[in-house]
Amino acid sequence: MKVIFKIADNIVSPLGFTTAENFSAVMSGRSAIRRYEDKWDIPDPFMASLIDRDALDHECGSLPLMQHYTCFEKMILLSVSKALENSGVQPDSDRVLFIVSTTKGNVDLLYENKFNLPSDRILCGVTARVICDYFHNPNPPIVVSNACISGVCAQIAAMRNLFGGRYDYVIVTGADCQSRFIVTGFQSLKALSPDLCRPFDKDRKGLNLGDAAATIIYSVKDEYEMEPDDWVAVDGSIRNDANHISGPSRSGEGSYRTLVNVLHDTNPDDIAFVNVHGTATVYNDEMESIALYRAGLQAVPVNGLKGYYGHTMGAAGVIETILSMCAVDNNVILATRGYETCGVSYPLSLSNEIRHTDKRSFIKLLSGFGGCNAAILFKKGGAL
Amino acid sequence: MIKSWVKITDKSVTLNGQMMDFPSYGNALLTEIYRSKVKDYPKFFKMDALCKLGFLGSELVIQDENTNRFVPREDRAVILFNRSGSLNADVNFQATLQPDDFFPSPALFVYTLPNIITGEIAIRNKYLGETSFYVLEKKDSETIASQIVASFQDNITKSVIGGWVDCVDENNFEAVMFLCYRDEENKLHEEIKNILSK
Repeated sequence: MKVIFKIADNIVSPLGFTTAENFSAVMSGRSAIRRYEDKWDIPDPFMASLIDRDALDHECGSLPLMQHYTCFEKMILLSVSKALENSGVQPDSDRVLFIVSTTKGNVDLLYENKFNLPSDRILCGVTARVICDYFHNPNPPIVVSNACISGVCAQIAAMRNLFGGRYDYVIVTGADCQSRFIVTGFQSLKALSPDLCRPFDKDRKGLNLGDAAATIIYSVKDEYEMEPDDWVAVDGSIRNDANHISGPSRSGEGSYRTLVNVLHDTNPDDIAFVNVHGTATVYNDEMESIALYRAGLQAVPVNGLKGYYGHTMGAAGVIETILSMCAVDNNVILATRGYETCGVSYPLSLSNEIRHTDKRSFIKLLSGFGGCNAAILFKKGGAL
Repeated sequence: MIKSWVKITDKSVTLNGQMMDFPSYGNALLTEIYRSKVKDYPKFFKMDALCKLGFLGSELVIQDENTNRFVPREDRAVILFNRSGSLNADVNFQATLQPDDFFPSPALFVYTLPNIITGEIAIRNKYLGETSFYVLEKKDSETIASQIVASFQDNITKSVIGGWVDCVDENNFEAVMFLCYRDEENKLHEEIKNILSK
């Protein structure tokens, strides 16, 4: 039996440019979400978690940048470079595959192209090629564009490609860079909260958006070679609600099925927590509570991390997986920032304070536009 | 094993190798395919061009299957690829953001994700299985075939509506879509590459 395990990771966000800085910020309850007025010529103010562009450029100063890169590309180059440090992985090997998770990539090139980049740079596949070229990787990169669940789907794609035997390493990198296009789009859907988002709370009013890039490098080995501290991606599932293109299912159909599929014959008592999507929109959080209840997980601790970073779209599945791994490493369940009073039909085990756990496995759950849902069960070493 | 396949471009439609006779081109061709082969799904007219293209491709290969439709099932996945992402929808939404004419349209914004087409096909057919969308630098049949074959690692997935669905704009598009089944003899990879080269 082969197992898929994590080699290295990184998070680039407004809360820091390393995984350690980000985990420490979240442990101390910091949020990068703040109010912006007159930003990007958007008439209405909005709340978001944005990376300071100058700080990003300064941090990228350590990279050998031979040409102009967009903000989106710099976030990925920085995150992948930092994940590769001390990993022993040679990105120029033909045994390494890049999988990029993003929803809007370089979409801001539609209206702002300061450095006269080639017009096809707006296409995510072309952007991914530029990223591979930077690392001299010869293989055709894959971009997962599955709305908000992309970050979990990209990890499932990594598992499949590693099990397939063609590659020894897969570099999964998820990123989205906020812009006028994205913010006005979510404003038009009336999905944005005027305040800090409040996942699962009775007073939740919508989501906040955020910039981030996050990277996990996965590899494959025989089960008997597994070390006690290895993080293993056990099983993943992607399912559709077959209900509505922009609203979640009332029965939580797709999320429920992904949970059942990844749990398989695992006892819910062995799960430390389910790290949910928890966007803090009325419908998403309600749907997730129904799905968790139907899957028999109502007693398992649940947490959501959007109160620290906002919804980071293509990065969300990767960043939230990394922070959940750090949490289990430190025997904690991270706090759901912004949550106070239960506001969903099926009460869940939520807390706005850090809780203790001795368990060594968790589920990452996401759902998104197009009616898609995805989950992965992770375990540490020989747990379960 | 590939059960049926279709190629739709802005100039012609080919189902299982047989050219279908439509006098129109471009966007009008899509409407004509709908009126002649689908008829009963008015939501079609709300879709953007990428979704219309993928929806019609799926209809033609599924109709050809000749089994009970619209029964909820989890064993069928929808796994599609393209180069242009949702570019056409992105341009249309961006046009509503002009500083002197600022009316962001939510109806256009929802189509600025290419995976919406996988959701449209799932809704139409009550498919509760996997839906995935991948963007590639080019129509790379090796990558498409290997990702679809790999998707059968999901033990529940028995068949896939898969292929290429690319829409540059309302009058420049190409889809090569097929219905394929899990193949124990592992011939599927070559079959998919062969269909994509047609």
